[in-house]
Amino acid sequence: MKLALLVNEGPYQHQAADSALQFVKAAVAKGHEIFRVFFYHDGVNNGTRFAVPPQDDRNITVEWSKLAEEHKIDLVVCIAAAQRRGILDENEAKRQGKSGDNIAPGFRISGLGQLIEAGIQAERLVVFGD
Amino acid sequence: MAMLHTVNKSPFEKRSLDGALSHAVNGAAILMIEDGIYGALKGTAISGKIEKSLATLKVYVLGPDLKARGMTEDQVIDGVTVVDYAGFVDLVTEYDKVQAWL
Repeated sequence: MKLALLVNEGPYQHQAADSALQFVKAAVAKGHEIFRVFFYHDGVNNGTRFAVPPQDDRNITVEWSKLAEEHKIDLVVCIAAAQRRGILDENEAKRQGKSGDNIAPGFRISGLGQLIEAGIQAERLVVFGD
Repeated sequence: MAMLHTVNKSPFEKRSLDGALSHAVNGAAILMIEDGIYGALKGTAISGKIEKSLATLKVYVLGPDLKARGMTEDQVIDGVTVVDYAGFVDLVTEYDKVQAWL
């Protein structure tokens, strides 16, 4: 089945990012297609490659990037939520006159239309948040 | 048109379980995850409410989140089913829609 996820909470905030990751892993293992994971509100913080959690802790962003690479999962960060929280890709950094970008591999910045499309195209939309 | 309602807050902290229970119609399912698992435990101030809801609803609890909080399956209310993440995915596909009570 075609599934989509909405993640509204940042990593290490509570448990939503972890739950979403585990859900995606289980869904992929069962042969389901993940149409998209959309990160909104504080969820956009899942997409920064500048976070450095302790080495003996899980690295949630790296896990997302790995999943994206291994299973071709589309990880989309909401642009307005991202700009408020300092999540930038190369284009946005240039456009806003910032010295660098921090978007993690496998993530891309786009608009809310991508969430609407996920809701239409996927057979189920599962929400994780706080 | 049966719906799966997910609840991720403890019923002793937030009212999301009440929200889910009062909106869930006959044949719907409740899945307790994260801190929501406290709603699935026997002998609490709200366990009677869950026991009563079992007459019309299916109630599930996520085993890994139960375990992460030091709870065991025998502390779970009789009639409430423990599932793992694979079971969570199955519930999402079995029910027509998923509503998260955050």
